[in-house]
Amino acid sequence: MASITLSGITKSFGGNRALRGLDLDIADGEFFVLLGRTGAGKTTTLRIIAGLEQPDSGTVAINGQDVGGRNAAERDVALVLQQYSLYPRLTVRGNLEFPLRSRIRKFSEDEIAARVEKAARTLQITPLLDRKVERLSGGEMQRVSIGRAIVREPQVFLMDEPLSALDAKLRESLRVELKALHADLGATFLYVTHDQVEAMSMGDKIGVLRNGQLVQVGTPTEVYTRPRNTFVARSVGTPQMNLMHATMGAGSARIDGQPVDLPVAVGEGEAGRALTLGIRPEDLVLEGGAPLEARVFDVEDHGVIKILTLDIGPARLHATVSAKTHVALDEVVRLGWRPDKVLLFDRATGENLAYG
Amino acid sequence: MTDSVMTRLDPNSRAAARGWSDLTIRNLFIIPTIAFLIIFNIFPLLYSLGYSFTDFRASTNAPAKFIGLQNYRELLNDEFIWRNFTITAKYVIVSVAGQVIVGFGLAMLLNRDIPMKGLITTLLLLPMMLSMAVVGLFWKLLYDPSFGIINYALGLGKFEWLADPDMALYAIAITDIWMWSPFVMLLSLAGLSAVPKHLYEAAEIDRAGPFYTFFRITLPLVLPILMIAIIFRTMEAFKTFDLAYIMASQPTTELISIRLYKMAFLEWQTGKSSAFAYIVLVMVVAITNIYVKYLNKVKER
Repeated sequence: MASITLSGITKSFGGNRALRGLDLDIADGEFFVLLGRTGAGKTTTLRIIAGLEQPDSGTVAINGQDVGGRNAAERDVALVLQQYSLYPRLTVRGNLEFPLRSRIRKFSEDEIAARVEKAARTLQITPLLDRKVERLSGGEMQRVSIGRAIVREPQVFLMDEPLSALDAKLRESLRVELKALHADLGATFLYVTHDQVEAMSMGDKIGVLRNGQLVQVGTPTEVYTRPRNTFVARSVGTPQMNLMHATMGAGSARIDGQPVDLPVAVGEGEAGRALTLGIRPEDLVLEGGAPLEARVFDVEDHGVIKILTLDIGPARLHATVSAKTHVALDEVVRLGWRPDKVLLFDRATGENLAYG
Repeated sequence: MTDSVMTRLDPNSRAAARGWSDLTIRNLFIIPTIAFLIIFNIFPLLYSLGYSFTDFRASTNAPAKFIGLQNYRELLNDEFIWRNFTITAKYVIVSVAGQVIVGFGLAMLLNRDIPMKGLITTLLLLPMMLSMAVVGLFWKLLYDPSFGIINYALGLGKFEWLADPDMALYAIAITDIWMWSPFVMLLSLAGLSAVPKHLYEAAEIDRAGPFYTFFRITLPLVLPILMIAIIFRTMEAFKTFDLAYIMASQPTTELISIRLYKMAFLEWQTGKSSAFAYIVLVMVVAITNIYVKYLNKVKER
């Protein structure tokens, strides 16, 4: 239905530069997740696309057309906000009909009823239709505001942390529903969140935003396995990727303060270079005869896996191991890693050397 | 029971050191108020209720004679009194409607980012702070047919605003609108600024036009507080005395409060005027109740 292209967007609020030359390409029908911390400029990006905010410079194009001169109403986007922003004193039906009854669109009563009916069915809120919105629970309210977005059948859905105000269980079920909805409608979704689990589980593509700039865009797998820099590496995955200072050797690296060299698969970087070495917790292995000596500081049993907190020297690492592994607190274990999974970052810039 | 409602006295406080209890302090605050209320409000209220069944005249020494409901019967059959009520109703409707339109309009204008908003708001509130009598006096000058600025500005020549029997009541209502619109404005402004901004943004995205947005979002959310402003203004307008008394003395501007004043203190029909006052009281209570009922309904929705 529509692609979105942002080029060179900057936006300042007073002295605070929210966006600095943001370029973003979202393909037609994509579920794109913008991941970033508070203040990274996620919401500003969304509001600029929606037309609620004007960029200081740069262009916004929807479907290849520059929409800079159009206001929010003319852009044919739907916005779902974190606050439910339902129209008060109306019923659920009234809220769903609201966008259809505006004078700019002319819909027949039958058409309105049919669309409301369809949206309500999709979101399973048909029994609530005649309820006042003040009497709804949080999850129901958010469903209604999503419903209000879908009745218009817009080209683009913009969602600003729509699930963050809900409790964990509801969040999970709505997450699945939103994905199903996306598959169903085939529209372009831009979803903003600070929650990396949401980003990883929902997005076709993830864009990691930092200080008003995109750091990396890629599929969840790409972002997870080949983070462009240490910031992205830290942003996705729980528990976090282990990052340690290390020095490059020949085909190996030595973690600072450790007596032994460990093999690494990637050959970039000359010997003696100062590195930050990254390894995902699941790529650490506990086995007899492994090169590192580690002391078990904590064990979290998650049922399917165990998350170990290990001390090697002054550094503290996380390792996820099979739940069948039995270790005791303060036990000394041997620790190794999968050399092909080790990521090397420049220590000064934090850039992944593989992207060179 | 009392304990759950009252905050406990801090045992380290000076009051505690003097041996006062929570109860003592509570009484210290409440008893003067209650006494004041009883002496100046409740007692006269009941006393005048007694007078309303007599032919008592405060100007003579003649003892009051109980005459039952005769005062009420006479008053309610008096067509002149009913004319006073009609005049008052007309005045209340014109004046309150005008205040709501002007006040709410001003609030809508002020409810946006404009420079010097605080100063403008304060200036607009000034009329409300003035004394009724002062406002009446200088509007009389403004309306003056020979040197008043209103006729000069509107080019009306020697039009007699306050001497014209058809116009006088409206002239007074205009003054009242000028004076009390700021009050409606102030309350509306409070209501308007409480409407969440993201609702307007959602409406914008939903392509709602300005009128649609106003009637579907703004008005329903401001209505409860606007109703409170209307209740206050209706009650006040119903009781208007000083403004009308100062500005004009036409038979067509004789509001009930003026009629009541004349009856009580010019004609000295104390008993009858007490009955009259009671009739007015019942009416005001009734009107207010209708409003409050409606207000609760508005709030519930």
